[in-house]
Amino acid sequence: MTGLKVSNLSYHYGAKIALNEVSFELKTGEFCALLGPNGAGKSTLFNLLTRLFVSPNGHIEIAGHDLSRSPRKALAQLGIVFQQTTLDLDLTVRQNLSYFAALHGISGADATRRIDASLDRLGMLERADEKARTLNGGHKRRAEIARALIHNPMVLLLDEPTVGLDAAARASITSHVHDLTADGTTILWATHLTDEVRDDDRLIILHQAHILADGTARDISGKAPLQSRFLDLTAAPV
Amino acid sequence: MSAYLTSLRAIVTREALRFIHQRERFIAALVRPLIWLLVFAAGFRAALGLSIIPPYQTYITYETYIVPGLCGMILLFNGMQSSLSLVYDREMGSMKLLLTSPLPRWWLLFCKLLGSTIISVLQAYAFLAIAAAFGITMPAIGYVTVLPALVVAGVMLGALGLLLSSFIKQLENFAGVMNFVIFPMFFLSSALYPLWKMAESSKLLYTICALNPFTHAVELIRFALYASFNGPAFLWTVLVTIMFTAAALWGYNPARTGISRRG
Repeated sequence: MTGLKVSNLSYHYGAKIALNEVSFELKTGEFCALLGPNGAGKSTLFNLLTRLFVSPNGHIEIAGHDLSRSPRKALAQLGIVFQQTTLDLDLTVRQNLSYFAALHGISGADATRRIDASLDRLGMLERADEKARTLNGGHKRRAEIARALIHNPMVLLLDEPTVGLDAAARASITSHVHDLTADGTTILWATHLTDEVRDDDRLIILHQAHILADGTARDISGKAPLQSRFLDLTAAPV
Repeated sequence: MSAYLTSLRAIVTREALRFIHQRERFIAALVRPLIWLLVFAAGFRAALGLSIIPPYQTYITYETYIVPGLCGMILLFNGMQSSLSLVYDREMGSMKLLLTSPLPRWWLLFCKLLGSTIISVLQAYAFLAIAAAFGITMPAIGYVTVLPALVVAGVMLGALGLLLSSFIKQLENFAGVMNFVIFPMFFLSSALYPLWKMAESSKLLYTICALNPFTHAVELIRFALYASFNGPAFLWTVLVTIMFTAAALWGYNPARTGISRRG
């Protein structure tokens, strides 16, 4: 089964092309790193996948639901961690997660059970009643990932979720998210940091609105370190 | 509870919590009309003679005349404040969380609108209570009949805030709203002086005031405070609410523009 399918997706900001005929398909339970330098089009792709933007060109399918024809069914299967922190800092972690659960129509005992399970999964249950403002960067991110999982989405999108975090927090979050594929969650992880990509991961390199490479990280990097291969690929104009 | 009601309750609660966390906002919202009522009105009382016009059946003091306009002022400022917080939400990213919910976008925006209207109406009642404490009272039944009028006017001004927030891209641009929306709407209305006074000065200004939807919101509140129903003001307010809401929904349509232009 397909977790996420993108076909011939293009987007323009006026005359500037942000995405050009981008196509890829992720299997259920697959972890895919979307690697690209700043300005490659990663955030535009995420805005299209989350329907914050709509493109007249191309198709997006989330867990078998066409995003333009059945947006509600498609978005119900989508968990999102945005690049910016979107926690309400004046609320506790639990209040933040309850608010999100309600936006997905989940309330009462069901919401409490799911919130506890989700926080526990990310090792954040003991911080449930702390105000978001008091959390460090890594814990804020974990709370946001827990929040994105409350409604058991089939697909999880993370837009550069480790920006601004120290090395230990980055490694911990990368590891947590890799573990999520075990229960069949499809993951698209946008980043510009090659050390977050494991050899076995599916890797898509996006550069100047085009897909430059698509395969496993091991195949794409070959014998060279991924970092230098990535720099070589993105050095030349498309 | 259905998903719709669950989300409505959550969004309204969040608006209320945000308001409670901003105590200065509540105080400012009350102090502003009270200064108009207790200082401006006292100074103006002698300068401005008022004739008996509906819904009043006797001569009234100037303070009594401007109470509905000041209720409107609270709703107007609060509508703009909620617009400001929507722009802030968008800059901070939390708007994305709302707009990526699987519920229809029109419903989510309606919940936001309702949440801000409830806050506005509570502030207007707090103002009416303080005015009453200073001896400026309305008929007892008026405090009940004004509720639907405050809600309708609050929704209209909230919808205007929603519309503005869909077009204002940055917080810095918000100062313009003060100059080009709040002040003209307030001063070119019947909030501070009856329209016949304006007609004596300038026919053009009178026409602008008569077309200003804020005038009709104020008149709706004024009549409701005396347990009277102003049909034309009600229709005008509802019509403008529909127009503002439709335009705001168009403004928030993802096919028209992205929420964030950062790529």
